[in-house]
Amino acid sequence: MIAPALLGFDISWDATLRNVILGSLILGLMSGVLGSFSVLRRQSLIGDTLAHAALPGICLAFMLSGTRTNEWLLTGGLATGLVGIFVMMAISRWSQVKPETALGIVLSVFFGFGILLLTRIQHSNDAGQSGLDRFIFGQAATILPRDLVVMGIIAAISLSVVVLLFKELKVLSFDPDFAAAQGLRPGVTSSILAALIVGVVMMGLQTVGVVLMVSLLIAPAVAARQWTRSLSSMIVLSGAFGMLSGVLGAVSSSLGDRLPTGPMIVSVASVIVIISILAAPDRGILSRIQRRRDRARRMRDDLIQIDHQGRVIW
Amino acid sequence: MTTKSVARPAVAPLAASAQDSTSPVVEIRDLTVAYNENPVVWDVDLDVERGKVTAIVGPNGAGKSTMLKAVLGLVPIAAGHVRVFGSDLRSVRARVAYIPQRGTVDWDFPTDALDVVTMGRYGQIGWLRRPDKRDRQIALECLAKVGLSDFAKRQISQLSGGQQQRVFLARALAQEADLYLMDEPFAGVDAVTERTIVTLLHEVRNAGKTVVAVHHDLQSVPEYFDNVGLLNVKLIASGSVPDVFTEENLKLTYHNAGNAGLETSREMQPISNGSSTPAGAFLR
Repeated sequence: MIAPALLGFDISWDATLRNVILGSLILGLMSGVLGSFSVLRRQSLIGDTLAHAALPGICLAFMLSGTRTNEWLLTGGLATGLVGIFVMMAISRWSQVKPETALGIVLSVFFGFGILLLTRIQHSNDAGQSGLDRFIFGQAATILPRDLVVMGIIAAISLSVVVLLFKELKVLSFDPDFAAAQGLRPGVTSSILAALIVGVVMMGLQTVGVVLMVSLLIAPAVAARQWTRSLSSMIVLSGAFGMLSGVLGAVSSSLGDRLPTGPMIVSVASVIVIISILAAPDRGILSRIQRRRDRARRMRDDLIQIDHQGRVIW
Repeated sequence: MTTKSVARPAVAPLAASAQDSTSPVVEIRDLTVAYNENPVVWDVDLDVERGKVTAIVGPNGAGKSTMLKAVLGLVPIAAGHVRVFGSDLRSVRARVAYIPQRGTVDWDFPTDALDVVTMGRYGQIGWLRRPDKRDRQIALECLAKVGLSDFAKRQISQLSGGQQQRVFLARALAQEADLYLMDEPFAGVDAVTERTIVTLLHEVRNAGKTVVAVHHDLQSVPEYFDNVGLLNVKLIASGSVPDVFTEENLKLTYHNAGNAGLETSREMQPISNGSSTPAGAFLR
């Protein structure tokens, strides 16, 4: 289905599809790699709050500047996203509210406010209004060549940091207190990682949308964990799963007529997760059931042996 | 058990230290630590003697782990100060090994025993560089010391609680430090592990190094430790076990541990140990 589209259509369609493939490939790779750390550190919901809290900023940026260029809109999104994270931290620091509850509060309040602004914009008579709703569920077909340049730069920086700071990121994720006691400055490593994750979340808002962006951080990492026994292999496989989900989801959505990309990408990623949780060796559910059956059989055999020695078992 | 030897080992002079061998390895002065304006460690003065194994003992919530973390600079200090090897901790971090409570990390992390032990080398390796052959070699030797040579490539989620604790000890040994700060090393471990850890602690001490361990089981204190600090938010007493580990001092330390008193808190011990066993151990 994809191949004839690549070969048979005219130049402009090809260029769009190429942008979609490249963009979602970069996005999936980055989400998979950085999401591995989020999942292992049990902090993936911070990315979710960041994404949801970006929506009011995107709308405000549009209302204030009137432009529809991604740079301005995402700058606005970044601003309210970060405000959301700080509010979340302040709530859990200064009140009895637990951090995950604070995440939920900030996420829904900011997202609700964003929807309010979006509705206002759509009911106004502004000529440039259409298309802002692409940030809710994503629209990969709107990726432009200059977006690709920005994405490529962010990706190159992120991958270099992960390679260079691999040992620091590993000990940060496994045992931050121990890292601190060794003088490895987990606070610094953690801030660098947070900055990279902010980058990839902003990068994904246009393609996957604020609602489902977090699943692209979580799903590939969860699936990759099932098949792997080391952090490096988990990151590589998670990146690959992310690319696969991104490309298959985004391409299938651009072939249809204005199908939102986020849900398509998430559907592909979910299938990968379900297969991984069921079928992975060692950690998969099927292999666990198999192991339990083997144990039961061994035990039955042992019982029969005892029986041969003349003891009554039952 | 013959490790409770009366003859003290000769204290090896430590290189790169202006201190003489009699000065304390850790000096805690007027230390107060608070969580949310609630003091958990209050005005503690404590000297840790060089070349000794020291227990920090006290009821639950007495601030034992917090005090250890304050020495390591992991929690903010409200008042007072701590000196390690006569200097600020930051300049001597490489000589201090920390063994956190086993339950503070996720043992389902995708890695094997050897890799965790190699993390003990990270401080010396420094930023951006990778562990090399020598680091792996040291890590393997330390795994051998805790009797886990055959488990080097075993996923850490597949290790028993006791084996996990020994991996943590091996990681600290790989650091080749002069001071070992341990948080509940004997909590919820099997007999083999307990024996292995005690033997290693005494070996480390006999090499002139210093060990401080937060400890829960009062019965084993005289056998395992040279010195003891009794802590219940405030320091009740500290010094050599024969001098300090008296019934009277223990009553003072445990007086507000519910109505319980000494006997009950000893009995309660296995319960709190059992609950710290990670669920992962049952999923194998």
